[in-house]
Amino acid sequence: MNTSLTEESPALTSAREQNTSEIVAKNIYKSYGAGPFAKEVVSDCSFTIESNKLTVMIGPSGCGKSTLIQLIAGFEATDSGEITLNGSPITDPGKDRLVLFQESALFPWMTTYDNIMYGPRARGEDTKDAADQAEFLLNKVGLDAFRDKYPQQLSGGMQRRAELARAMINKPEVMILDEPFRGLDNMSKELMWEYYAGLYEEDRNTNFFVTTDIDEAIFLADRLLIMTNLPTSTRSVIEIDIPRPRTIEEVVNSARANEIKKEVMTLLHEEAMKSFSGGSKAAADFLDAYSKRAD
Amino acid sequence: MSLKKFADKIFSRAALRGIVAIVIFLIIWEIGARSEQLFGYRFPFLGLVPPPSDVLVSWAGLIGDPSYWQSWYMSFLRVFGGFIAAMLIGIPLGLFMAVNKTFYGMYFPTFEILRPIPPLAWVPASIIFWPTQELSIAFVTFLGAFYTIVINVLGGARSINKQFLQAAQSMGASQWDIFRRIVLPATLPSIVVGSAVGMGITWEVVVAAEMISGGGSSGGGAGGGLGFFIWSSYVGGSYEQIIVGMISIGIAGYLSSELLRQAGGLLTPWLKTR
Repeated sequence: MNTSLTEESPALTSAREQNTSEIVAKNIYKSYGAGPFAKEVVSDCSFTIESNKLTVMIGPSGCGKSTLIQLIAGFEATDSGEITLNGSPITDPGKDRLVLFQESALFPWMTTYDNIMYGPRARGEDTKDAADQAEFLLNKVGLDAFRDKYPQQLSGGMQRRAELARAMINKPEVMILDEPFRGLDNMSKELMWEYYAGLYEEDRNTNFFVTTDIDEAIFLADRLLIMTNLPTSTRSVIEIDIPRPRTIEEVVNSARANEIKKEVMTLLHEEAMKSFSGGSKAAADFLDAYSKRAD
Repeated sequence: MSLKKFADKIFSRAALRGIVAIVIFLIIWEIGARSEQLFGYRFPFLGLVPPPSDVLVSWAGLIGDPSYWQSWYMSFLRVFGGFIAAMLIGIPLGLFMAVNKTFYGMYFPTFEILRPIPPLAWVPASIIFWPTQELSIAFVTFLGAFYTIVINVLGGARSINKQFLQAAQSMGASQWDIFRRIVLPATLPSIVVGSAVGMGITWEVVVAAEMISGGGSSGGGAGGGLGFFIWSSYVGGSYEQIIVGMISIGIAGYLSSELLRQAGGLLTPWLKTR
């Protein structure tokens, strides 16, 4: 896998070109339901997903991060406020912002290869060039031998890599990942962190990664957005100035990483406390889990 | 399937268990049916049924009889006629209801009121409004599969994982492409299940319809189908032939379901990998 990571292909040179894309959310609001039953999920939320950086968003579970992804991806519209990509407002879903969902969204009825080729084929771009790209990506994510397997025949980690390839073939300007490694066992999870960070470091395109896992967040992020509890808004932003490429071992032993971790935990703890006093079950669980980890 | 695999399948432990069970069942049946001769006491229920050996003799006599095979042919024709019509109308209808809210809102209430009416309750009405008996039987058979297929297709198409649609949409797929390459394959397993269940109901319905209508256009006899075969055996007092007819329907139903299973397996290869 490591050799394929550094492999060069003339076919993908275009994909390796850096594009500069920035997403800006300004004072956005989003509620679900109407009248007295309306539930405000996002309230006066502003943040920037800076160009050519890996921005990680972290917040208590159930705090509305997935809603923010629906808004950025253009599957849903904001009630007020604006989200822009390179200055133009986001109105529809598009291949410039591809989402990797929590659960695998690989099409079960297509083989790995057909899944990867879905985007080009759907747009009528089933060309030699697209096929070459698919070959290259299959190699890159180490699934060449699994090209004719259906998603169910792949392990959880393989599915995530296949999905990364399916997104990457469309050369999105911004890659959006919604807790993509949740549900993987710890071993595969850490492998996927290093693997994904490696992919990112290759082209350094704009990436937006949402998680509830502090270690994951600190290992991956250039910038860390810490969100408040429901209704969500940006609590604070931390620049993670640990040099790349990072290894898990380095980060675990890094004093700076631990310093950041404490800071993040304090902030998240406060947020959890707020909703704990508000009686949220999810928040209580969260508080419980994190106070154990802090010991 | 290779010969070796085929042999392995036949002589597998599970197959042997099945064979042993059938043999034991036949022995108990034979003893029960002959209980009066054997013990001077007639077993309840089984004592009234002709023994399997007599049934086999009667069956052997029918194997060479073209009118027996004609009954098979007629029932199969009606079942597949009604079933294929139900698929041709039911699948597009179910899909259309799933993707079009307006149509769903307009049509679904009517559908839900008509659905609980058992197909057999339609027999008198369909005899009145279809010009031939054959068409009325075919119509009732059609209804047997129709509702099940529509409900399954509708349910399957409506429960598609939203993220499949969102993923396809954001990769730039057109509405038509999403329908053809996402909605349709995602619904296929439900179509297969609905069809398999529908096929079972079709056999139930066709047999009853043949009995009630007296065997269709030919007025019974050779063109009557297996349902009428059973009925006329009963009227004629040939109890062995009733059993032959029943087992024939069992075999016919099994063959139809197996055919459907094979076709379904070919259409949904990704499910086999589970």
